[in-house]
Amino acid sequence: MDAILLQVLNGLDKGGAYALIALGLTLVFGTLGVVNFAHGALFMLGAFCAVALNEALTWEIVTVDPTRTTAWGTPLEVRQPYLEAQFGDFGAFLVDFSVPLAILVAIPFMLLVGVIMERGLVRFFYKRPHAEQILVTFGLAIVLQEIIKSVFGANPIPQGAPDMVAGSADIGAWFGMAGSIIYPWWRIVYFLFSVLIIGIVFAFLNFTTYGMVVRAGMQDRETVGFLGINIQRRFTIVFGIAAVVAGLAGVMYTPILPPDYHLGMDFLVLSFVVVVVGGMGSLSGAVLAGFLLGILQSFASMTEVKAILPGIDQIIIYLVAVIVLLVRPRGLMGRTGIMET
Amino acid sequence: MRKIAISDGDIQVSTRQLPPEGPEPKPITPAAKDWMLFLGFAATVLTMPIWLQPLGAAYPDLLQKFAIFGIFAIGFNILFGLTGYLSFGHAAFLGVGSYAAVWSFKLFTMNVLPAMLLGVLVAGLFALLIGFISLRRAGIYFSILTLAFAQMSYNLAYSVLTPITNGETGLQLRGNDPRYIDRAFGVESVGLPQTNLFGIDMSGYPGFYFCAAVLIVMFLIAMRIFRSPYGLKLRAIKSNQNRMAYTGFNTRPYLLGAFVISGMYAGIAGALLAVTDPLAGAERMQWTASGEVVLMTILGGAGTLIGPFLGATIIKYFENIFSALNEAELASAFSFLPPPLQEFAVTIVNPFVGEGWHLTLGVIFMVIVIFLPGGLVEGFRRIGRLFRGRSGKRTASQAEVQPAE
Repeated sequence: MDAILLQVLNGLDKGGAYALIALGLTLVFGTLGVVNFAHGALFMLGAFCAVALNEALTWEIVTVDPTRTTAWGTPLEVRQPYLEAQFGDFGAFLVDFSVPLAILVAIPFMLLVGVIMERGLVRFFYKRPHAEQILVTFGLAIVLQEIIKSVFGANPIPQGAPDMVAGSADIGAWFGMAGSIIYPWWRIVYFLFSVLIIGIVFAFLNFTTYGMVVRAGMQDRETVGFLGINIQRRFTIVFGIAAVVAGLAGVMYTPILPPDYHLGMDFLVLSFVVVVVGGMGSLSGAVLAGFLLGILQSFASMTEVKAILPGIDQIIIYLVAVIVLLVRPRGLMGRTGIMET
Repeated sequence: MRKIAISDGDIQVSTRQLPPEGPEPKPITPAAKDWMLFLGFAATVLTMPIWLQPLGAAYPDLLQKFAIFGIFAIGFNILFGLTGYLSFGHAAFLGVGSYAAVWSFKLFTMNVLPAMLLGVLVAGLFALLIGFISLRRAGIYFSILTLAFAQMSYNLAYSVLTPITNGETGLQLRGNDPRYIDRAFGVESVGLPQTNLFGIDMSGYPGFYFCAAVLIVMFLIAMRIFRSPYGLKLRAIKSNQNRMAYTGFNTRPYLLGAFVISGMYAGIAGALLAVTDPLAGAERMQWTASGEVVLMTILGGAGTLIGPFLGATIIKYFENIFSALNEAELASAFSFLPPPLQEFAVTIVNPFVGEGWHLTLGVIFMVIVIFLPGGLVEGFRRIGRLFRGRSGKRTASQAEVQPAE
């Protein structure tokens, strides 16, 4: 029982990341009809927002203390994070909370990246075949990840969660089984965060006029255009929102997995599988499939399961995708007629 | 601008401005054109060591890569260029071919022919299995399915299949491999044996000529497929699969055939990689490798005969040149500029070379897809049309009309 619960928990944070990326992919596909292979790169860019902020916050000032000398006789260089020098305890607090704070940086940055990407590149590919959309965004993904590689290097850069939530929670105690399930706080935070973001996106689409128009545009773009609404601009914003969602997913994921430049590609392939399983064009399907596959994956990596089916943890997601595509081509919750060939 | 070559010599003659007197000049039939193309291709490939000399690319290792990836891209083009099905998992077949070939070296003999046979066979069977499932879907679903299968094979090769693939180290030859056939014939070798073709060592130039010979044969086969009714059916699937189905063709067997053929090409390429360097690693199966072959095909021109080989050669050539460059060499290359400009140029170009070669690759990829989706061959055609002027335009438009008749 506790083992099963632990695996479900394990799947939740990964599932949250899958769901967030898949949500963005589906939004872009549903509105603009574009298959965006660079979406994983946006996730990666978000993660590196956190890295960049952390590096900016931990920037050190070097002062030479003439009164003291090192063992070699040269003047002692005193390194001090400038934030601490300037703000004292508050500065230390800022450094500690660099990952959550990166959200504030990531939102405008990712929105900008998303809008530039849509206006500068993607919009020229609406009428082109899907194969060309895949190829050009694939090229863009390579370019983005190589830029990150040349700026931040090829090695993963670990990021710490704030001290407050750095430890582990004894979740078993909540269910009367103290000590049986120890689970890192940050992963719980990540899960809650992903649920929150998903909730915001759904609320935006369902309960605001703006979202309603976007949904109407997804249904019938031409008619919305006839009503005098500049649907293209709204879709551009939606692209930006999708980029923000992917970026935030990346920011918050950094304490779980140290980001490196090919992080995006690793997640992209999986997220596409998630979208396909959930049903191309179905937002709730993407979210459901994200969590489902995350949990399935963590179950498959149990030692008991691996003993029976060796290697299953490596391929379970792909296997599920293959089965779903063959048995129910439109995915779990896909509508009929969307890309169903 | 798809030209469909039916043997239509008569039509061409009738549309041409005939000279008023004298015997009618013998028209060049499409078949004759094909043979000229083939002979030209063979001559170009075989003389590569000579004419690539001034470009600094005439050493066997690189030439072998040209030929091998040429085969890979030509095979990929049979699927993507003719049917329009974009597979993102072809590197898996390349990897499988490599593994099969190395196993043949380990178990049977160092002769390359059985190794290639085994590589083709295994890759073909693997392609049959994957194609059978993936081809139930089209469009992006097909791309994602093939990607999923390739990732699956890659992950498995790294984890569970380690006894077969030797995991991260890669499958290598050992001195104490059984090599039953070689032992049976009493062939013994000191240290690590060399791959050979009946005694000719497959390294250096002999290795290149062997790869080139295979490439030429493969090119011929691809050409025959392009010109055959089968190739025509594949093109018909690309232009309108539904209509094809309405006319009573079951398209799936044709597609599966194309998929398996291109998988076998990849298997041959993989086996040749093992022939020239008997070592197989799983990174050959990674999806970036699949992306690379897509790029080669697109760069040259998908659906054209020589495009894929052209693209493969260019990519491999620039990969070789660019990834070898470093900052010091750049500085000397820009030394003709005044110092501040030189520094500036070096800073600009530096991220694109050496380790950053993939950045250049990505940029080329985007530029080609954005501005020249037809690839270099299409670009050459456009330039040619520009030079030929009006008359060229007219024949081009006639060529466009013909298939509709």
